[in-house]
Amino acid sequence: MAENTPQEFINALPFAGALGMRLEQIGDGRAQISMGWDPRFVGDPATGVIHGGAVSALMDTCSGAAVMSYPGALTTATIDLRIDYMRAATPGQRITARAECYHVTRRVAFVRATAHDEDSDNPVATASGAFTFDRREAP
Amino acid sequence: MPPPEPVQQVKYRRDSALNTLVDSVPYAGFLGIVFERHGDELTAVLPYDAKLIGNPVLPALHGGVIASFLEVTAIIELSWAMLWDELESGRLTPEQMAASLPRLPKTIDFTVDYLRTGLPRDGYARARVNRSGRRYASVHVEAWQDNRARLFAQATGHFLMPQRGNG
Repeated sequence: MAENTPQEFINALPFAGALGMRLEQIGDGRAQISMGWDPRFVGDPATGVIHGGAVSALMDTCSGAAVMSYPGALTTATIDLRIDYMRAATPGQRITARAECYHVTRRVAFVRATAHDEDSDNPVATASGAFTFDRREAP
Repeated sequence: MPPPEPVQQVKYRRDSALNTLVDSVPYAGFLGIVFERHGDELTAVLPYDAKLIGNPVLPALHGGVIASFLEVTAIIELSWAMLWDELESGRLTPEQMAASLPRLPKTIDFTVDYLRTGLPRDGYARARVNRSGRRYASVHVEAWQDNRARLFAQATGHFLMPQRGNG
């Protein structure tokens, strides 16, 4: 999968496609992925705010993409992921997640991520997680 | 002592209140999540669907689907626990609920442990409210597929409770 183009990486994940995710940047352990507002993703109809679960899915995908873009990465899976919800995302606005794989060991990758809507100064959510990490053998 | 309430009436009240609650969350419908009820105990069911796959090679459910399933289960359980006494005492009727949907708890944080690969088949989840105060609540959720004892994911979340004015 690491050999594919970035958007192909997203297109290969059916659920990322179902949520309409768009890969905007990737490389060197960092990724940026966005998701448009959609009435089907709403959690509380009284407010029109996107469900936390959809934001989690965006953060998880973006974090996994960041790990896969780390030099030498072969495969990854989420071990655990914590999301802190700072504020409700504004209905109608696109949500953008940025993730950074800031440390890897032989078997584990550590990732942190933030998500914001069109107000990029005030995060909607932050996340931190541990992922499995398998790397290519050194030649 | 008044005679016991007819069973059909009890079931109608509980089932229509639960349906109103679950149907009010569009994202639960998008994922296809349904709830089964035995008395006040809820079990969330996530029927398998091809769009829920994350890794098509294995294939495995998307981690975000699993997180979403657990968070939906936690919020519905917490809301259900919050409304139960009012529904049972008759202070709130399913009709009133449908006309004016209750405000839902807001997630403060949510931590998911991915214990096993989510297989391409149905999943089940149950949530337990460990602490529910006037403002904050702590909820634990467990999810499994074939065997109840072999969890494929669990989560803990903290929630801000809606302020309910006149009840």
